[in-house]
Order: sequence, then C-alpha cells, then structure tokens
Amino acid sequence: MADFETPELFKHIHVPKPVPGSMESSGPFIAKPDHQEALGFPHELVDNWEEKAVEEMGNTLQKYRGLRVFLDSCVKCGACTDKCHYYLGSADPKNMPVGRQDLLRSVYRKYHTPAGKFLSKLGLEWLIGAKSMTREVLDDWYNYYHQCSECRRCSVYCPYGIDTAEITMAARDIMDKIGHGQKYNNEIIGKVFKIGNNLGLPEPALADTLEGLEEDIEDETGVKVELPLDREGCEILLVTPSADFFAEPHVDGLMGYAKVFHEAGVTWTLSSKASEAANFGMFIGSYENMRKISLRIREAAIDLGVKRIVFGECGHAWRVAYSFLNTLAGPFDFLDQNYPIPQHICEFTHDLIQKDKLKFDPSENDWMTLTFHDSCNVARASRMGDKPGGQFTIPRDIIKKVCNNYVDMAADTIGEGTYCCGGGGGLLTDDLMAVRVKGAMPRMTALTNVVLEDGVTHMAAICAICKSQFSKVLPYYNMGMDMIVSVHQLVSNALILTGQNSEDENEAETAKESE
Amino acid sequence: MSTFFALLFWFATAVIVLGLAFKIRQYWVTPAPLKIPTTPAPTTQAGVVYRMAKEVIVFESLFKSNKWIWIFGWMFHMSLFLVLARHLRYFQDQPWFWVNIIQPFGKYAAFTMVIGLVGLFVRRIVVARVRYISAPSDYLMLIMLFFIGFSGLIMNYVSHVDIIAVKEFFNAWMGFSIGDFPVSVPLIVHLSLVALLLIVFPFSKLLHAPGVFFSPTRNQVDNPREKRHIAKWAAELENNSKG
Ligand code: HEM
Ligand code: HEM
Ligand code: SF4
Ligand code: SF4
Repeated sequence: MADFETPELFKHIHVPKPVPGSMESSGPFIAKPDHQEALGFPHELVDNWEEKAVEEMGNTLQKYRGLRVFLDSCVKCGACTDKCHYYLGSADPKNMPVGRQDLLRSVYRKYHTPAGKFLSKLGLEWLIGAKSMTREVLDDWYNYYHQCSECRRCSVYCPYGIDTAEITMAARDIMDKIGHGQKYNNEIIGKVFKIGNNLGLPEPALADTLEGLEEDIEDETGVKVELPLDREGCEILLVTPSADFFAEPHVDGLMGYAKVFHEAGVTWTLSSKASEAANFGMFIGSYENMRKISLRIREAAIDLGVKRIVFGECGHAWRVAYSFLNTLAGPFDFLDQNYPIPQHICEFTHDLIQKDKLKFDPSENDWMTLTFHDSCNVARASRMGDKPGGQFTIPRDIIKKVCNNYVDMAADTIGEGTYCCGGGGGLLTDDLMAVRVKGAMPRMTALTNVVLEDGVTHMAAICAICKSQFSKVLPYYNMGMDMIVSVHQLVSNALILTGQNSEDENEAETAKESE
Repeated sequence: MSTFFALLFWFATAVIVLGLAFKIRQYWVTPAPLKIPTTPAPTTQAGVVYRMAKEVIVFESLFKSNKWIWIFGWMFHMSLFLVLARHLRYFQDQPWFWVNIIQPFGKYAAFTMVIGLVGLFVRRIVVARVRYISAPSDYLMLIMLFFIGFSGLIMNYVSHVDIIAVKEFFNAWMGFSIGDFPVSVPLIVHLSLVALLLIVFPFSKLLHAPGVFFSPTRNQVDNPREKRHIAKWAAELENNSKG
C-alpha cells in the first residue's frame, strides 16, 4: 500500500522525541468546486485568501468564546504534549496538541492581539511566536488540522481544558470559507443533503437491504422481526449511521437494535430522509451545515409522527445528538417528555435490562473474550443515563450482561482518557491512511496487551467510525480485522426472542458442553 | 526617582485594571454557542463550582496529566499567593489579621516560589517537547518572575530595605500624592519588574488566570438534553432562515 511505516508496538506506550516534519505532506485531497458549492463555500482558494482568512478568524472569535479563551490562555506548560495519539504514533511535534494549536495561535497573535500588532511594528513578533498568514502557514493548517480527529483527549489533561478539537474545527471552517476545503468531508455532506445519508444509499436500496435483514433474522431465529422504513405513526424513530445498513460488523448491530425493539414490544421505524446519524458538519466546524443536517432529523420525526428519537451506535453522532441536537434543531416539545430526547440505543437496552424485560443466553458469546473501546466522542463529549460517567458504565453493564468473558484494557487508555481509534473527525479516508495507522498505535498497544495477558479475542465498540477504522488498521498490527464487534451484535447473539426456535437453544447447549 | 516610580505604578496599575476589565468583558459577552463541557462533567451549577475550585486550587487536570509540571507549577502558584497576601501589608495601615498570620509562611514561600520557577525553567529547556513549543516570551516570563522573587529575597536576607518607608510611599501613592521613595538597588529592580509584570499581564499568556474561569469545557453544566442552550447569534440565524 502506501509508503509509510507502521509504528512498532512496545509493552508501554512509548513517548517519542519530536521529529519535526515527520508528517509533513500536502494533506488529504482537496474538495472539488462542486463539493464546495453544495455547502455554500467558495469553489477554490479565493484571490485575497490571506486577508480573508484573517477576517474569518476575527468573525469566529466573536462567535465562539471557547476559541478566544483557548487561544489566549495556553501557558505552554507542555502537559498536553504527550497526550495526542497522532503525536505518539508519528513523533511530529505539530501533532502535539499545543503544537497544533500554535499553527492557528501564531496567526491569531499577529493579527488579533494588541501585543502582536505592536510587536509586529517593531519587527519583534518572533518574541511571542506570532506569524504572518503565508502560503506555508496555510499548507501547515491544511495538513495538520487534518491530522486531528477532534477526540478531545488533550482537553482532559490541559489545566484550562483547552480543547484542540475546537481549534481544529475553527481552522477547518476558516479554510472552507476561503475555498480550501477537504474532499472527504465536504463530498459526504453534499450526499447527505442530496440523498439523505453519507453513503448515498437511495430509498429503494435501503428498503431492499432492510428486507434482506428481516429474512436473515427469520432464518436464524424463526421469528419475524421487522425493520420498518418510513412507517408513520410509530413510537420511535431510529436514527443510525448509514454504515449500519451494510458494513461489517455494523450491520450485526443494527439487527441487534431491531431485536431489542421487537422484544420491548415498541413500534419503531427508520427514515429515508434521516437515514444517517452522522453529522460531518461538526467535523468541519460549520454551525450552519451542522444545523442543516440536524434539521433533517427534526423534520423526519415530525413527518412520521413519532414520540421518541433513538440513536444507533455512532460516536460523534451521539455527541451531536446528545450535546447539540436540542440547540440546533430544538425545542422538541412535540415528543414524549417522559423519555430522554434523544435517547441512545444503549440507554434503551440498558433500561430494559434493568427492568428485567430481556432474556439472554450469554453463553452464546462464550467463544469470545471481550474488551470495550470507549469511543472518544461518547467518552469526553456526551453522557448516557442520568449520572456523569454513565457513558462508561452503561455499555459495559450491557456487555457483561450478555457475555461471560470481559476484561478492560489498561485504566489510562479507557474511560475519559480513552485513546481515539485514529480515524475519527473526518479522517476516515484512504488518502489519510498513514495518519490513521500511526494514530492507532496507542489503542493497538493497549489491545495487544490484553490479548497477550488476558486472552482477549474481540473488542466491542459503539461507533461506526471506530468499527470501520479498526477493521482497516488491525491487520497492520498483525491482528484480524474481524476482532472488532458491535455492542448490539453481542446483544443480538445472546438475546432469546419470545418464540425463538428451540434448535437454537440446543445449539447453545452443545456449544457449552463442547468447551 | 520618587516621581518616576509613582508615575510608573499609576500607569502600570491603569494598564492592568483597564486591560483585564476589557478582556473579562470580552470573555463575558462572547457566547459559547454549543455545550462543550469535557465529560464526565457535573450536571448542576454547584457541581461546576466544585469542579472549577478543584482546577484553581489543586490544579486537578494538571495533576492527572503530569506530576512534574504539577509539583513545580503548584508550588510556584501557591507560594505566589502567599507572597502576594503577605504583601498586602505594604498597602494597609492596619493589615487584616490573616495577613499577619501568614507573615512567617510568606517568608518561606519566597523560597518555594523561586524553586518552582527554576524547576519550570529547567523543564522548559531539558524536555525536548516543551522546548519545541517555547517562544522567547515563555522563557522571559519565567526569568522576570524569578528576578522579582530573587530581588525580594535579597531585600529580606541580604540588603534590608526600610519597610516602613516603602509602606509610607505606597500609602501616599494610593492617595494620589508622591511620597519619598526609599532608594535601594534591589527595591528598584523589584519594583521595575513588578511594573513590567502588571503591564504585560493583560496582553500575555498570564490571561490564563481569568481565562480558566471562562473556559467552556470546564465551566458548563452537562444538561443539554434537559435545557435548551442557544446563543443569540444562533437564534438570529434560526429566525432568518425561517422568515
Ligand atoms: C486563578 C489564578 C491562577 C491559576 C488557576 C493558575 C494556574 C496555572 C496553571 C495550572 C499553570 C500551568 C502549570 C504551571 O506551569 O504552573 C500555570 C502556569 C503559569 N502561571 Fe498561573 N495561574 C493563576 C494565576 C497566575 C498569576 C497571577 C500569575 C502571575 C504572576 C501566573 C503565572 C503563571 C506562569 C508564568 C505560568 C507558566 C509557567 C511556565 O512557564 O511553565 N499565574 N498557571
Ligand atoms: C507594588 C508592588 C510590590 C511592592 C511594593 C513590593 C515590595 C517588596 C518589599 C519591600 C519586599 C521586601 C520585604 C522584606 O524585606 O521583608 C518584597 C519582597 C518580596 N516580593 Fe515584593 N513587592 C511588590 C510586588 C511583588 C510581586 C507582584 C511579587 C511576585 C510576583 C513579589 C514578590 C516578592 C517576593 C517573593 C519577596 C520576598 C519574600 C517576602 O518578603 O515576601 N513582590 N517585596
Ligand atoms: S496543556 Fe494546555 S496550557 Fe499546557 S501547553 Fe497544552 S494547551 Fe497549553
Ligand atoms: S483533539 Fe485529539 S487528535 Fe486533536 S490534538 Fe487533541 S488529542 Fe490530538
């Protein structure tokens, strides 16, 4: 494949000495004029882009207090320098969170602070690390702001909570507005506007796929479990990442949600209009686009007359749903206020487990030993349940209920300190393979350790991007691509449907005996 | 000399007061349009106050992050706090009773402050990652603070100054008149650097002191599903796109 080296794994995650320029490149593919057009951005780099970039930065500073405070407050203490998986995997100092911030901060200081303006007049801006907006700077922005997965790990460890993800979003937004967008993100958002989902699956294809899944479940269990599309008057609208419709292991998760809804005895539907939970508007830091994408969900909920909205397994989608949906597309006064709006599928399943409404045979999963990868956006940018930290306990409670063998990875690599999969934030594209493989190093280290020490065979996740990314990068680290599973795939394996074929139970018996 | 220092301090004081007022107002009026607390985050306002108190008093996140920076940084800041509290006596006729209580601690705090600063400085030079992110101003800031502390220690242990005279000078200064400045080299160094500190404060990374309180990842309540959060410009955007 591409010409880069997969990092070597050590017992402990190794903090490298900085190697400047080691990830220098021209960055991912640049958006074509029609990708830009669909989102309302200039087709290509505008003539006076230097001025325009500085001006857009000024506008963003007035809209986002976080950006201003973060750019002002960093004391260069260095606490974040060893916290980013891309730095750990690549050793490029511009991938240290503060190094990445400084690419923007140096320009901020020069044009938007009194100290920078004053010192520039004396030719002394180097004293405070201020820099002019040049082509070199823009190229660095484009390259390194597409080597950040907006995972917020740095923000946990910074004494002021400086969130490099916010800086990355601001930088990408500025670049979009001067006509220098990224192809992957912008093309996908265009598809969402045109067709309804990231993958560009039109309604008939969706209906077909769902029918196929119904057959699969019936073949396997003898029970007719429906996966309805655009059915009006249901209780629940399920919004799920479009990868769930066909990618592995995502689709097994989708079958899991369907079975859970079926057992719960609720009516539910998918929507072809909102056939995508992902919201790449967040990745490019564009409030307007993020809002437009969110409004589809509101419209679908109104059109279909549902009472509740439930989100499938997707990390950043859950961030946008949990943290932003009410802001972007609320208020949701037309939904049933007795349930969280929106609700995560894990909250939904967990609730049923608490009420003892689901019957499981966890031995169905006995052939695996599991661990759980906390997805960055769920861990550090959202919550589940009504207590802080529910996003960690709820998925684990579910897994432990449906599996007998569960082991956590090292404590500093999960929970709020979880390492990103390496493919989030709009980096899940083949033109960024080197970045993705290198950025996966810390997670791969932690995983390899539990594989060797505790015999872990599989890793579960609740994020479509994590699942796709791991399927792709696991082989680089000599592990099988099918090691990654969906949480609701495990639920699906163990769930005993009312009226399910008894053969299946016999199978489970034999599986147990043969151990 | 007396006139020079009186004017310098009026100027420096005006700069820091007006400068900080401007910055704090700016932070105050700029909205945070989205809920972005770093989770797990408190779900109540009281919880946020507790979280913030831990950040400001014990540097909780820094503690999680890096023990060396924490030890030196925390030592420096706590000492700085004691030293400044001890300094209140130069500005008060009758110092508050707690200012008297901490006098002896304040004296030792000068040492820990300087040790903390040296530790941070050494780290900045020795650790390649931190050296990479350091601009000249980052070193200068530490050097400036070091010499403020060092000149203070000299006055304390080597070449004593007339504290009563200093007090009288600053009492007069606060009444907008110019008293007699007790000329001595360490005091001149001390006060010149302090004036410089006050002047650069609102234009430099020292803005982290007010900044931390305005950081949305730390000061927001985690309740986006329960309560709709909307910024003014975002609400306007909504209205425009409706109409
Ligand atoms: C609310 C009050 C303050 C808080 C919570 C606070 C917190 C912090 C923290 C957590 C750090 C990073 C770790 C470290 O290097 O120590 C830091 C650095 C620093 N603080 Fe503060 N600080 C406050 C006020 C001040 C004040 C009033 C000054 C100035 C006189 C100051 C000067 C510095 C300097 C110079 C650094 C950088 C140290 C270095 O170069 O490594 N801080 N502060
Ligand atoms: C207008 C403001 C200030 C005045 C008039 C002032 C004056 C003095 C004087 C007269 C001393 C000698 C005390 C003695 O001999 O017992 C002293 C000591 C000292 N000063 Fe200041 N100072 C000021 C601001 C500061 C600031 C902002 C800092 C820290 C950043 C600082 C740090 C110190 C230290 C560490 C000592 C030695 C320990 C002590 O005596 O407390 N001073 N200062
Ligand atoms: S931890 Fe925060 S303050 Fe320290 S260098 Fe990193 S971003 Fe700056
Ligand atoms: S947000 Fe994540 S990827 Fe981006 S700089 Fe911080 S730690 Fe690295």
